[in-house]
Amino acid sequence: MSGRRIVITSGKGGVGKTTTTANLGAALAKRGARVILVDADIGLRNLDLVLGLEKRIVFDVVEVAEGRCQLRQALIKDKRFESLSILPAAQTRDKDAITEQQFAAIVEQAAEQADFVLIDCPAGIEAGFRNAIAGAQEAIVVTTPEVSAIRDADRVVGKLNEKKIPIRLIVNRLRPAMVRSGDMLSVDDVCEILSVELLGIVPDDEEIIDTTNRGEPIVLDESAKLRTIYDKIARRMEGEVVAFTNFDAQGLFGRLFGALKAG
Amino acid sequence: MIEWLKKMLGTQPSSNTAKERLRLVLMTDHLALAPEIIENMKRDLVDVISRYVEVDRQKVEIDFEREDRALAMMASIPIIAVNRPGGGTPADEAEPTPAAEAPPAAQATASPSVAATPTAGDPAKRKRRKKPSANPATAH
Ligand SMILES: Nc1ncnc2c1ncn2[C@@H]1O[C@H](COP(=O)(O)OP(=O)(O)O)[C@@H](O)[C@H]1O
Ligand SMILES: [Mg+2]
Repeated sequence: MSGRRIVITSGKGGVGKTTTTANLGAALAKRGARVILVDADIGLRNLDLVLGLEKRIVFDVVEVAEGRCQLRQALIKDKRFESLSILPAAQTRDKDAITEQQFAAIVEQAAEQADFVLIDCPAGIEAGFRNAIAGAQEAIVVTTPEVSAIRDADRVVGKLNEKKIPIRLIVNRLRPAMVRSGDMLSVDDVCEILSVELLGIVPDDEEIIDTTNRGEPIVLDESAKLRTIYDKIARRMEGEVVAFTNFDAQGLFGRLFGALKAG
Repeated sequence: MIEWLKKMLGTQPSSNTAKERLRLVLMTDHLALAPEIIENMKRDLVDVISRYVEVDRQKVEIDFEREDRALAMMASIPIIAVNRPGGGTPADEAEPTPAAEAPPAAQATASPSVAATPTAGDPAKRKRRKKPSANPATAH
């Protein structure tokens, strides 16, 4: 049986797509799933770096598309896990070095040997975005609770709806204290504005920057207090009902969860 | 609406301002129209309808409503009087007055029934959004 093909996208750059792809992939693999992460950001390769695998790259996705190597030769196995590998983007090529059809075919081939294929989408809504969504059956839209990120996310939601790709939302870099003081949009607000179902909430935290610096997925850092954040999202992806972390004293997210369940 | 927004800017927490600004900007993104175009559209709409029936301009209400991801323009345009044969005076006052002056050349004898709730937005946009599924944890 072929695995699920999920694109992680946002419209705006720098909101946390690569961080989310790396950490969710690691969380799913730690739970025993077979996971392949595909870096679709041709020319701006980063997923390898975030996972600390940058020194091991031999081939990339464009070389697979051009038939210069087999998919299995290009996959880099993350030795910290039983079943996590990444397919790196090409660093010295353009977005048009690969077509939508080629990209979709590679993603489908990857899905034959994995339970989850997560595609790290580049910023924007042009060729790179179209490639990244070409082979996807589901989408995770990542946004921060800021006006420009949300507006761009809305554009992406529109594009994904045109392709009939179902979407769930991760609100990244939430600062609960700012939400409480009314200085930041709440998760409820973001979900309401985008009319998209919530998949997860990730707070803004130095731990994420720190683990990224070291190329270490946060699920492996036993001392990290956010260790379970991505694990919870991974469990939701697998279909488990996991309550949302209550970052708000007034039970804001509990209410949201209730409302989504009821509605 | 604009005045109200301005009031909000001074007194509300910035998250409320952000929410309202986003609502408006996404609405116009979806309509692919700027806010002043919406104002003009509203005026033109009432002008056109006034050619056929007498309209209470003070009570005209035009709203944009979001149903899930779709956007609908709801116009409530109270009609004071239906076009009199040979009439066609623009309805500028609330009180219908007999057509004293010579009416404009156009002898409008169109059907008096006017669609009161036209919808706006391109059809592709109206159907592009899907209702999110009810259970946040269901995965397929
Ligand atoms: N939840 C978070 N808390 C703190 N920093 C974060 C968080 N998520 C992402 N970042 C930081 O934001 C920056 C951009 O993230 P990245 O994943 O590269 O974004 P994208 O792939 O969308 O361009 C990185 O420096 C990353 O460490
Ligand atoms: Mg990235």
